[in-house]
Amino acid sequence: MSHSGTPHLTGTTVADGRAAAAPATPADAARPGSPDSGPSGSPANGWSPAGILANGWARLLLGLIIPAAVLAAWQLSTAAGAFSVVQLPPPAMVFEAGIDLLQRGQLGQHIAISTQRVLIGFAAGAALGLVLGSLVGLSKVADALLAPTIGALRAVPSLAWVPLLILWMKIGEDSKITLILIGAFFPVFTTVSLALRHVDRNLVEAARAFGLKGVKLLTTVQLPAVVPAVFSGLRLALAQAWLFLVAAELIASSMGLGFLLTDSQNNGRTDRLLLAIVLLAVIGKTTDALLGLAEKWAVKRWA
Amino acid sequence: MTAVLSSSAPAASTHAAAGATRTPALPVAFRSLGRTFGTGAEAHTVLRDVDAHIRAGEVLAILGTSGCGKSTLLRAAAGLDSPTAGSVEIDGTPVQGIDSRCAFAFQEPRLLPWHTLQANIAIGLPAGISARDGKAKVGRLLDLVGLTDFAKHRPREISGGMAQRASLARALARNPGVLLLDEPFGALDALTRIKMQDLLLDIHRAEPTTVLLVTHDVDEALQLADRIIVLGREHGKDSDGARPGATIVHTVAVPGERPRDRGSVELARLRATLLATLGVDGH
Repeated sequence: MSHSGTPHLTGTTVADGRAAAAPATPADAARPGSPDSGPSGSPANGWSPAGILANGWARLLLGLIIPAAVLAAWQLSTAAGAFSVVQLPPPAMVFEAGIDLLQRGQLGQHIAISTQRVLIGFAAGAALGLVLGSLVGLSKVADALLAPTIGALRAVPSLAWVPLLILWMKIGEDSKITLILIGAFFPVFTTVSLALRHVDRNLVEAARAFGLKGVKLLTTVQLPAVVPAVFSGLRLALAQAWLFLVAAELIASSMGLGFLLTDSQNNGRTDRLLLAIVLLAVIGKTTDALLGLAEKWAVKRWA
Repeated sequence: MTAVLSSSAPAASTHAAAGATRTPALPVAFRSLGRTFGTGAEAHTVLRDVDAHIRAGEVLAILGTSGCGKSTLLRAAAGLDSPTAGSVEIDGTPVQGIDSRCAFAFQEPRLLPWHTLQANIAIGLPAGISARDGKAKVGRLLDLVGLTDFAKHRPREISGGMAQRASLARALARNPGVLLLDEPFGALDALTRIKMQDLLLDIHRAEPTTVLLVTHDVDEALQLADRIIVLGREHGKDSDGARPGATIVHTVAVPGERPRDRGSVELARLRATLLATLGVDGH
């Protein structure tokens, strides 16, 4: 009871405070932002924000408010004729473009090949990042030897690799996957190497006192200790992987969501272009959510 | 919790009968041991000329004020730290690197938070033990320290005293020839500490290994040890006054069989002497 009452209380004190302050300082009243933001910022209906967020479904609904609002604004502005169809086709047209591509059997291919590239590149990059990150995080020699080079390579903008990769690996799956691998590698490498340096020394010493060393020490103490950090690195890496996928597919490909983007641009198919963007958003968010579930499990298991 | 603790005493005696895989207790010798941290002008000597011989199966308490090098001495015995002078010998052979004949219990439990108590204790098992024997041994140790009901719990789900008992069980899993205890009960409340001291005596009766116990608690030393050494600085012995670094300034054999009466007059007198050695006036 008292919990749900709290926002009410703060709401009235804010309102009271404003009423008291307004006549005393006219300068305050002239400032439009501060007096108005008070009442509108506090929940007027007495819900407790923490209570709402504890409910998974309510949380999901809350997250859907802005996408729904964007969709509504999109629909309204196109229906009102604010934009030409080439500039911004209505949502229904984008949906139809999706159905059309699906019926031709192309949409599935685009999605499948892009997802495959992301997953392979992400897996390879994350694995490499885990291995080299462990090495640099645990060994001072490896740190001195590798860290400067890896740091310099990270400073190279991703697109700078593209001409070289195409030259070396031709326009095929290898060059694209390699580019995605580069993108996924660095977040994992950085988080793992940093986290390993901050593993509780006491735990490591205790394990060493009981004869653990080398790979056994790594897998028993050090890696489990950095599992939460590894997962935040993995999530960053997955986002990077999708980013680099589009970079790879924009430049040279005949299939995939990035190709759908350039191809639609060249053919003036804004509906398909928007479709590709929406699909990238939805698929990217879905893979991230799946990884997020794995992270939740892992943090519960290892932290 | 009290029920669990009180069940540990009979458990200890059954374990003594089942302790077929026991390693014999080993003697320990400190030979002119010294430890200096840093070099040149920054050099800081913590220990010097520590000479002591601990019999197999003896319980030795190492007393001293905070920062006097008690833990450093214990870490040297475990091979966690290397002395800069002299050596530590266990059963006649010098300690070089982490020594598998020792087991260590730290001031903090230092259990792996992602493992169950069972899995944490299993980390102490000696290398090469079969999975079946290991499991049986962990089961016996859980029983010994009264944690059988908590085998599947994680360290964060139990109390500090229980975690410290698990840490003790992990050390015992090693069948140590020498058990090294670095203020293992220092962070516990007074009541739990007394129960843990009694548990340690039970354990020592069941597995009479050599025990080196670092403590700053004079009463704990008097209660548990056969012999007490006091680490401290010698004053005005050399021409330059106090020499840097602590060494053994006092050794006493504690009279009487364990468990000892905590209120005995003889122990009270000894307590006053020890406190005076540590620079505290006996009241």
